[in-house]
Amino acid sequence: MQEVDKIADFSNDNDTPILMMERLCKNYQLGTVELRVLREIDLTIKNGEYVAIMGPSGSGKSTLLNMIGCLDRPTSGDYFLGDQNVAELEDDQLSLIRGARIGFVFQSFNLINQLNVIENIEVPMYYQGFTEDESAERAKELAIMVGLGDRFGHRPSELSGGQQQRVAIARSLANDPLIILADEPTGNLDSESGSEILSILHDLHEQGKTLIAVTHDEGIASGAERVIRLLDGRIKNQEYNKR
Amino acid sequence: MFLFRLKRTVKLGSKSLWMHKLRSTLTALGIIFGVSSVIAMLAIGEGASQDAQEKIAQLGSHNIIIKTVDPPDDQSSGGQQQTMKEYGLTYADAERFRNGIPNVQVIVPNRRLSQQAQYRTRRVAVEVVGTVPWFPEISNVRVKYGRFLSTTDMHYKRGICVVDEKLVRDLFGFDDPLGQDVKITSDYYRVVGVVTEQASDKAANGFEDKDATGAKKAGANLGCVYIPLNTARNRFGEMSLQISAGSRTFEKVELQEIIVKVSEIDLVMGTRKSVETLMSRFHKKSDYEITVPLELMRQAKEFQRIFTIVLGSIAAISLLVGGIGIMNIMLATVSERTREIGIRRALGAKKRDIIFQFLSETLILTLSGGIFGIFLGSLIPFLVTHFGQMRTVITTGSLVLAFGISAGVGIIFGLYPAYRAANMDPIESLRHE
Repeated sequence: MQEVDKIADFSNDNDTPILMMERLCKNYQLGTVELRVLREIDLTIKNGEYVAIMGPSGSGKSTLLNMIGCLDRPTSGDYFLGDQNVAELEDDQLSLIRGARIGFVFQSFNLINQLNVIENIEVPMYYQGFTEDESAERAKELAIMVGLGDRFGHRPSELSGGQQQRVAIARSLANDPLIILADEPTGNLDSESGSEILSILHDLHEQGKTLIAVTHDEGIASGAERVIRLLDGRIKNQEYNKR
Repeated sequence: MFLFRLKRTVKLGSKSLWMHKLRSTLTALGIIFGVSSVIAMLAIGEGASQDAQEKIAQLGSHNIIIKTVDPPDDQSSGGQQQTMKEYGLTYADAERFRNGIPNVQVIVPNRRLSQQAQYRTRRVAVEVVGTVPWFPEISNVRVKYGRFLSTTDMHYKRGICVVDEKLVRDLFGFDDPLGQDVKITSDYYRVVGVVTEQASDKAANGFEDKDATGAKKAGANLGCVYIPLNTARNRFGEMSLQISAGSRTFEKVELQEIIVKVSEIDLVMGTRKSVETLMSRFHKKSDYEITVPLELMRQAKEFQRIFTIVLGSIAAISLLVGGIGIMNIMLATVSERTREIGIRRALGAKKRDIIFQFLSETLILTLSGGIFGIFLGSLIPFLVTHFGQMRTVITTGSLVLAFGISAGVGIIFGLYPAYRAANMDPIESLRHE
């Protein structure tokens, strides 16, 4: 874990920006055409914020989320995570940040089908060098926390969508990340389990996690502190919801 | 830390292999057959080689054997005629070797005759060997009980003999041969000792088949009667009559065989040259043949080496095919699990973690294939020995080699699929259905 601390040194002070983007661009080469997915994004997110990113499909939401999640590198511009410029990092260091500092929650859950609930939650810890006992214990705690105390040995295929998403949330919390990135977390769920998931995410934010969610769901957006609307790769507007 | 990771990776790998039992088994079969054929082939090759070398070694690695051979007829032999042929090694040759060649320890001149031996009422065909007292020193014949011929026997041309175990069985049955008299032609010989059998004629790859001159040697495996050389010279003379296809030939052969023992193994080849020079000076006809067991042994080794290479290559090809099968399956596995790779990458797996994961799966597959292959490969030579009466030798080296090769195949053929898995774009793989 010490290795990670050097790479992404976040302070717990709530007013310091946890991430900062300056004139960030991302282009994809599609044959001979250059597709400009993100155009000069300037964005600052503070530690502990709850931010919803909205926009029509093709507006670059997912790319922005991948960028924040260090799955991708910008074509130009700067992206500071803490005081670290992600554009300058090696692939291994990006992996380390993803594993230790960022928790992912996906629309399609993205659990590994061969593994049971506990093993799925253990995956991120596995890459951070937890011992088997430590990670098993923590995985159980997390599973209980998201309300799956009686489902330890179940495979994802034996769980409902809402339960699967809870496993995914538990997994995203495994390494106690600073940022949780949720990509349409309720997109594949019925409204009841959707609202359950939302309330879990909300609780996490209350506990001080920075939460960034991409969504079409106005319900999520209304619960967020700030809504960022994208259009054609640019930030169209940002609004702060009043509490 | 590393060991702990290794343990988990192995656990993970075995788990996902276990989920596709049939596929994993079929894939490992390629390696199992490859490894077992390497072991079996090497064992059969090694067995054959040791067999040949042991038999050659029985002739004595320090020895040079000079033998009498019937020279090709230089004049046309037509119709019914009585001819007199004089050829072969002479006592003078033996004397020349003794005096003229340095580093020669023992010279054993041998006279071999095929005769009938009679004990009481039983008669069997035997080979009579007229030889010298120091014969056991350079041959593989060992005295079992009694004694061998002595110099006194030699000097006084005594009518005594030493018989080998085979003859004891054939002729005496359950009687104690010591002190008994054996009748050969018209003379009696008293048995003073029993010796072990000489290496069978087949052993020397037929080099001793030409021994018989007096009569055609029907059964190769005859019992031997050893009598003093001087006695043989005295009683049998040097003439023999050969009657074949209506023609009668008198043959005069003094000695059938001279064995020269060289003091040091390094000098064997040099001494062979001296022997050749000496022989060619005194023998105009090519009525002799020089055999050097050491040379045979070297040839056998060289032949063996080629044999092993050929067998090994065939086996290696089957391993290669197995390896390609493994690579094929691993590539399929990788593309099947693209999404899992994407998930793992997003959750903090480094490229080398992914490489390690897939490589370890391949290695588990090939190494367990290797272990089963070793069992199967050890079983095959056993069956070959049991049913095929062929000698096989499984060396530790071949086991280590086969296991090493299977590990090597795992690494070589596992590396590319693993590398491909690690270099997939995480975003793309997450989207993969």
